[in-house]
Amino acid sequence: MAVIETHGLTKRYGRVVAVEDLNLEVKEGEVFGLLGPNGSGKTTTILMLLGLTEPTRGEARVLGLDPMREPLKVKSQVGYLPDQVGFYGELTAWENLRYTTRLLGLPEAEARARIEEVLKRMGLWEVRDRKVSAFSRGMRQRLGLAEVLLKRPKVAILDEPTLGLDPEAAREFLELIKGLRAEGITILLSSHLLHQVQEVCDRVGLFHKGHLALLGTVEELAQRVLGGGYEILVEASPGLEEAFRRLEGVARVAAEGGRYRILSSRDLRPELARIAVEQGELLSLSLRRPSLDEVYAHYFKEVAHAA
Amino acid sequence: MRREGSPWTGLWAVFFKEMADHLTGLRMRILEGLILLSALAAVYTGTQTLRQTVGEDPYLYLRLLTTAQDPLPSFVGFLSFFVPLAAIALAFDAVNGEYARGTLSRILSQPIYRDALLFGKFLAGLGTLAVLLTALFLLVVGLGLFTLGVPPGGEEMARAFLFLLATLAYAGFWLALGLLFSVLFRQPATAALAAIGVWLFFAVFFPILTDLAANALLLQADPLDPESQLRQASLALWISRLSPNTLYAETLTAVLNPAVRSLGPILITQLEGAVLGTPLPLSQSLLLIWPQLTGLMALVILLFTLAYVAFQRQEVRA
Ligand SMILES: Nc1ncnc2c1ncn2[C@@H]1O[C@H](COP(=O)(O)OP(=O)(O)OP(=O)(O)O)[C@@H](O)[C@H]1O
Ligand SMILES: [Mg+2]
Repeated sequence: MAVIETHGLTKRYGRVVAVEDLNLEVKEGEVFGLLGPNGSGKTTTILMLLGLTEPTRGEARVLGLDPMREPLKVKSQVGYLPDQVGFYGELTAWENLRYTTRLLGLPEAEARARIEEVLKRMGLWEVRDRKVSAFSRGMRQRLGLAEVLLKRPKVAILDEPTLGLDPEAAREFLELIKGLRAEGITILLSSHLLHQVQEVCDRVGLFHKGHLALLGTVEELAQRVLGGGYEILVEASPGLEEAFRRLEGVARVAAEGGRYRILSSRDLRPELARIAVEQGELLSLSLRRPSLDEVYAHYFKEVAHAA
Repeated sequence: MRREGSPWTGLWAVFFKEMADHLTGLRMRILEGLILLSALAAVYTGTQTLRQTVGEDPYLYLRLLTTAQDPLPSFVGFLSFFVPLAAIALAFDAVNGEYARGTLSRILSQPIYRDALLFGKFLAGLGTLAVLLTALFLLVVGLGLFTLGVPPGGEEMARAFLFLLATLAYAGFWLALGLLFSVLFRQPATAALAAIGVWLFFAVFFPILTDLAANALLLQADPLDPESQLRQASLALWISRLSPNTLYAETLTAVLNPAVRSLGPILITQLEGAVLGTPLPLSQSLLLIWPQLTGLMALVILLFTLAYVAFQRQEVRA
């Protein structure tokens, strides 16, 4: 079942096109990554999904509901972590969450139990009575995720959740996100940090100037953009380049002395190993998932060329 | 497009949070201190002057509120000076403050409409001022009891209550104005300055302008035709009533001074048979100020609607 669906979703600000003709489908239990350079329309898309911005054209369905017509029903089941999440600095972490539970209309006992649960889960229980103005960026971000969990959401939409976190904090945060997936929460997240996205996302969508340029799993994108979904590193005797290139399924071979980097559409390790052993010696052989970084860089280089 | 669900979901959550913020905030402490000091000063001078006439005046407490002694203005004078400032101070950063703290998109992603947020903030401001005014009023009455030694009469209390109500409506005007500016201007400082600018305009420049207009209008009147003079005079009066200050001042005049029987020019024929100086019953005074009071409320509703429309059209991101 599709949890998030859009048909021809378009948003214009005057003459600026923020999002153009977006057709997207996110399935239940999936982690979907929105990628794209600054100003490519990620945040605008998210705001339209939450009914916080009215689309110029097209429609969106979240959990089968129209966010413009039934925003309350959508927002009671969808958690949102904004890109610059802010809290009331003069209130404590606990008080901030208490306000949210009041807005959610939770009864007192239930609210207390849930606040305790999410604060403990995010590792903020010890600092619950500290004013949020004294929180670090990472603590704020975790408090933001705690607030998202407060509503027991079916869908969590996270806008640049690891923005401004140090590598360790970012890694921990990604672990927390993986925990949500294990619970069956559908997650839509936007980010610039590609290796992180690659680590947690099942599928990604690449935005470019308001258009959804690419959509699929990282392997599919690598196949389409780089011409090969598999990247194999071989260390062997020099001069095997031609032999490797003749193999069926090989898209590209880059050689540097005895080191080869081969992009192919399937796992060619057995064939490569045989050739290397037959014509010299094989020192090492490894399969690497193609990195999203490469896909991204390659795609935008091509776009720049075409322009 | 029809929206589903009540626009008031979450209204009370917003109301109680904002009210708690106001009542515990430093800003409120400062306002309380200011108002309290001036009220004490005013009541002190009032009782000093009134001591001599205790027992002769049936509306002693109303006198207490309105008696001024140079250089200090009366309690009412103080209030009409401070209430706009207090209201502006409570509202000028209501919406732009949420933008600045980055809390707006987070709050609006909860299952509430913007209506509830804006109206909750407005009601919280009004509630805070109501608490403040009531406390202040009780303090004044208490001090009066203590120094004058006479309890207030029933009608006096009713008039005082009306006075509080009118003051609240007047405060509502400035609150709605502050709220409107907090939506229109992204910088709280700009919003505060703009609101204080409007306040200065109505307090200082508007009376000058209406005076000029009244003079010009009278010059246009036919000096030999009293009817045209009367027409011009009432026109000038109506122009001056475009200001919330005029509406409030007229309301106070009629409510706190039972001897006032008209708020406009009076023809000598209208006074035929009237015993001058006899107090009007409360119901008649109420009738007299009804247009002013409703006018004031209409202004409040108008300003709030403007703020509402502007807020609905705004993008949630800063
Ligand atoms: N209120 C607005 N008025 C006019 N243009 C806007 C407005 N908000 C966004 N835009 C434009 O819409 C486009 C998409 O912006 P959006 O914030 O969705 O990008 P983004 O992908 O989230 O970027 P980032 O990675 O920097 O967060 C940008 O060109 C931006 O300038
Ligand atoms: Mg963004």
